[in-house]
Amino acid sequence: MVDIKISEKPLDVQSCIDRVMTPQCGGIDVFIGTVRATTKGKTVVRLEFEAYEKMALKEMKKIADEAAKKWNVHKILMHHRTGILKIGDIPVVIAVSAAHRDAAFEACRYIIDTLKKTVPIWKKEVFEDGEVWVAAHP
Amino acid sequence: MNIKILAFGIVKEIFKSSAIEINLNGAPTVSNLKAELEKNYPRLSQLASYMIAVNDEYATADLIIESKDEIAIIPPVSGG
Repeated sequence: MVDIKISEKPLDVQSCIDRVMTPQCGGIDVFIGTVRATTKGKTVVRLEFEAYEKMALKEMKKIADEAAKKWNVHKILMHHRTGILKIGDIPVVIAVSAAHRDAAFEACRYIIDTLKKTVPIWKKEVFEDGEVWVAAHP
Repeated sequence: MNIKILAFGIVKEIFKSSAIEINLNGAPTVSNLKAELEKNYPRLSQLASYMIAVNDEYATADLIIESKDEIAIIPPVSGG
Protein backbone atom coordinates (compact mmCIF):
# COMPACT_ATOMS: atom_id res chain seq x y z
CA MET A 1 0.00 0.00 0.00
CA VAL A 2 2.67 2.47 1.06
CA ASP A 3 6.18 2.18 -0.41
CA ILE A 4 8.71 4.56 1.15
CA LYS A 5 12.44 4.70 0.54
CA ILE A 6 15.45 6.94 0.98
CA SER A 7 18.34 5.83 -1.18
CA GLU A 8 21.84 6.85 -2.24
CA LYS A 9 21.29 5.00 -5.52
CA PRO A 10 19.62 6.48 -8.65
CA LEU A 11 15.83 6.23 -8.76
CA ASP A 12 14.27 4.24 -11.58
CA VAL A 13 10.99 5.81 -12.67
CA GLN A 14 9.65 2.76 -14.50
CA SER A 15 10.14 0.49 -11.50
CA CYS A 16 8.38 3.11 -9.32
CA ILE A 17 5.40 2.99 -11.68
CA ASP A 18 5.43 -0.80 -11.72
CA ARG A 19 5.33 -0.88 -7.92
CA VAL A 20 2.06 1.08 -7.69
CA MET A 21 0.36 -0.58 -10.66
CA THR A 22 -2.61 -2.74 -9.67
CA PRO A 23 -5.29 -4.40 -11.80
CA GLN A 24 -7.86 -2.28 -9.93
CA CYS A 25 -6.32 1.08 -10.72
CA GLY A 26 -7.58 3.21 -13.56
CA GLY A 27 -4.72 5.66 -13.47
CA ILE A 28 -1.32 6.48 -12.00
CA ASP A 29 -0.14 10.00 -11.26
CA VAL A 30 3.64 10.41 -11.07
CA PHE A 31 5.65 13.40 -9.90
CA ILE A 32 9.33 13.32 -10.84
CA GLY A 33 11.58 15.95 -9.32
CA THR A 34 14.61 16.79 -11.47
CA VAL A 35 17.75 18.82 -10.83
CA ARG A 36 17.53 22.17 -12.63
CA ALA A 37 20.58 23.74 -14.27
CA THR A 38 20.01 27.24 -12.91
CA THR A 39 18.68 28.95 -9.78
CA LYS A 40 17.87 32.66 -10.07
CA GLY A 41 20.12 32.90 -13.12
CA LYS A 42 23.10 31.20 -11.46
CA THR A 43 24.55 28.04 -12.96
CA VAL A 44 24.16 25.00 -10.71
CA VAL A 45 27.04 22.52 -10.71
CA ARG A 46 25.44 19.89 -8.47
CA LEU A 47 23.05 19.38 -5.56
CA GLU A 48 23.92 17.56 -2.36
CA PHE A 49 21.05 15.94 -0.42
CA GLU A 50 21.23 14.91 3.19
CA ALA A 51 18.52 13.27 5.31
CA TYR A 52 17.86 12.57 8.98
CA GLU A 53 16.86 9.20 7.65
CA LYS A 54 15.06 7.67 10.60
CA MET A 55 12.85 10.72 11.11
CA ALA A 56 12.43 11.41 7.39
CA LEU A 57 11.02 7.90 6.81
CA LYS A 58 8.62 8.43 9.71
CA GLU A 59 7.44 11.80 8.38
CA MET A 60 7.06 10.39 4.86
CA LYS A 61 4.93 7.56 6.24
CA LYS A 62 2.70 10.09 8.05
CA ILE A 63 2.14 11.97 4.78
CA ALA A 64 1.31 8.80 2.86
CA ASP A 65 -1.08 7.63 5.59
CA GLU A 66 -2.79 11.01 5.63
CA ALA A 67 -3.17 10.98 1.83
CA ALA A 68 -4.61 7.45 1.97
CA LYS A 69 -7.17 8.69 4.49
CA LYS A 70 -8.13 11.75 2.45
CA TRP A 71 -8.37 10.20 -1.01
CA ASN A 72 -9.52 6.90 -2.41
CA VAL A 73 -6.15 5.65 -3.68
CA HIS A 74 -4.70 2.17 -4.12
CA LYS A 75 -0.95 2.49 -3.71
CA ILE A 76 1.39 5.31 -2.76
CA LEU A 77 5.12 5.40 -3.46
CA MET A 78 7.55 8.02 -2.14
CA HIS A 79 11.22 7.56 -3.00
CA HIS A 80 13.86 10.20 -2.24
CA ARG A 81 17.56 10.37 -3.05
CA THR A 82 20.46 11.41 -0.88
CA GLY A 83 24.02 12.14 -1.92
CA ILE A 84 25.38 14.11 -4.86
CA LEU A 85 23.07 14.74 -7.84
CA LYS A 86 23.92 16.28 -11.19
CA ILE A 87 21.74 18.28 -13.59
CA GLY A 88 18.85 16.12 -14.82
CA ASP A 89 19.18 13.59 -12.01
CA ILE A 90 16.05 12.64 -10.09
CA PRO A 91 15.92 13.53 -6.37
CA VAL A 92 12.34 12.45 -5.79
CA VAL A 93 9.59 10.28 -7.27
CA ILE A 94 6.01 10.25 -6.01
CA ALA A 95 3.62 7.77 -7.62
CA VAL A 96 -0.03 7.25 -6.74
CA SER A 97 -2.44 4.76 -8.26
CA ALA A 98 -6.20 5.07 -7.95
CA ALA A 99 -9.38 3.87 -9.61
CA HIS A 100 -10.05 7.41 -10.85
CA ARG A 101 -7.71 10.22 -11.81
CA ASP A 102 -8.95 12.99 -9.52
CA ALA A 103 -7.86 11.10 -6.40
CA ALA A 104 -4.47 10.24 -7.93
CA PHE A 105 -3.76 13.84 -9.02
CA GLU A 106 -4.85 15.40 -5.74
CA ALA A 107 -3.07 12.89 -3.49
CA CYS A 108 0.16 13.19 -5.50
CA ARG A 109 0.09 16.99 -5.26
CA TYR A 110 -0.59 16.86 -1.52
CA ILE A 111 2.24 14.38 -0.96
CA ILE A 112 4.98 16.34 -2.75
CA ASP A 113 3.83 19.69 -1.32
CA THR A 114 3.80 18.32 2.24
CA LEU A 115 7.09 16.47 1.80
CA LYS A 116 8.75 19.77 0.94
CA LYS A 117 7.41 21.33 4.16
CA THR A 118 7.87 18.64 6.81
CA VAL A 119 10.34 15.90 5.86
CA PRO A 120 13.83 16.42 7.32
CA ILE A 121 15.81 16.32 4.10
CA TRP A 122 18.14 19.15 3.07
CA LYS A 123 19.72 20.20 -0.19
CA LYS A 124 22.81 22.24 -0.78
CA GLU A 125 23.09 23.99 -4.12
CA VAL A 126 26.64 24.13 -5.37
CA PHE A 127 27.29 26.91 -7.90
CA GLU A 128 30.41 27.70 -9.90
CA ASP A 129 31.26 30.41 -7.36
CA GLY A 130 29.91 29.16 -4.03
CA GLU A 131 27.29 27.07 -2.30
CA VAL A 132 24.13 27.54 -0.27
CA TRP A 133 21.85 25.39 1.91
CA VAL A 134 18.45 26.00 0.31
CA ALA A 135 15.91 27.85 2.51
CA ALA A 136 18.28 28.04 5.49
CA HIS A 137 18.31 31.83 5.69
CA PRO A 138 15.51 34.39 5.33
CA MET B 1 22.12 17.62 32.36
CA ASN B 2 24.45 16.69 29.53
CA ILE B 3 22.65 16.39 26.19
CA LYS B 4 23.96 15.05 22.91
CA ILE B 5 22.59 16.85 19.86
CA LEU B 6 22.62 15.69 16.26
CA ALA B 7 23.12 18.23 13.49
CA PHE B 8 22.14 18.18 9.82
CA GLY B 9 22.53 20.48 6.83
CA ILE B 10 23.66 23.98 7.69
CA VAL B 11 23.69 23.22 11.43
CA LYS B 12 26.54 20.78 10.84
CA GLU B 13 28.50 23.71 9.45
CA ILE B 14 27.54 25.94 12.38
CA PHE B 15 28.65 23.26 14.89
CA LYS B 16 31.58 22.21 12.68
CA SER B 17 30.49 18.68 13.66
CA SER B 18 27.61 16.26 13.07
CA ALA B 19 27.00 16.02 16.84
CA ILE B 20 27.77 18.10 19.92
CA GLU B 21 27.22 17.79 23.65
CA ILE B 22 25.77 20.62 25.63
CA ASN B 23 25.27 21.07 29.36
CA LEU B 24 21.77 22.27 30.14
CA ASN B 25 21.19 23.94 33.53
CA GLY B 26 17.70 24.65 34.81
CA ALA B 27 14.51 23.11 33.49
CA PRO B 28 15.36 20.73 30.61
CA THR B 29 12.71 22.07 28.24
CA VAL B 30 13.03 22.42 24.51
CA SER B 31 12.79 26.22 24.80
CA ASN B 32 15.63 26.35 27.35
CA LEU B 33 17.70 24.11 25.14
CA LYS B 34 17.15 26.50 22.22
CA ALA B 35 18.18 29.48 24.36
CA GLU B 36 21.34 27.70 25.51
CA LEU B 37 22.20 26.65 21.97
CA GLU B 38 21.74 30.18 20.62
CA LYS B 39 23.99 31.54 23.36
CA ASN B 40 26.76 29.14 22.34
CA TYR B 41 26.10 29.22 18.60
CA PRO B 42 24.73 32.69 17.69
CA ARG B 43 24.54 31.75 13.99
CA LEU B 44 21.52 29.57 14.85
CA SER B 45 19.50 32.74 15.46
CA GLN B 46 20.23 33.89 11.90
CA LEU B 47 18.45 30.89 10.36
CA ALA B 48 15.00 31.42 8.83
CA SER B 49 13.76 29.05 11.56
CA TYR B 50 14.70 25.77 13.16
CA MET B 51 12.94 23.04 15.08
CA ILE B 52 14.08 20.58 17.71
CA ALA B 53 13.27 16.92 17.16
CA VAL B 54 12.99 14.63 20.18
CA ASN B 55 13.02 10.91 19.40
CA ASP B 56 12.30 11.53 15.69
CA GLU B 57 9.31 13.80 16.32
CA TYR B 58 9.01 17.58 16.07
CA ALA B 59 8.92 18.86 19.64
CA THR B 60 6.93 21.70 21.17
CA ALA B 61 8.72 24.40 23.21
CA ASP B 62 7.46 23.14 26.57
CA LEU B 63 8.44 19.48 26.09
CA ILE B 64 10.72 18.14 28.85
CA ILE B 65 13.88 16.48 27.59
CA GLU B 66 15.13 13.31 29.26
CA SER B 67 18.74 12.20 29.21
CA LYS B 68 18.06 9.10 27.07
CA ASP B 69 16.20 11.07 24.37
CA GLU B 70 17.64 11.46 20.89
CA ILE B 71 17.79 15.18 20.15
CA ALA B 72 18.34 16.71 16.72
CA ILE B 73 18.24 20.21 15.31
CA ILE B 74 16.08 20.52 12.21
CA PRO B 75 16.96 23.61 10.16
CA PRO B 76 14.51 24.64 7.38
CA VAL B 77 13.92 21.54 5.27
CA SER B 78 14.47 21.62 1.50
CA GLY B 79 13.86 18.15 0.13
CA GLY B 80 12.04 17.35 -3.07
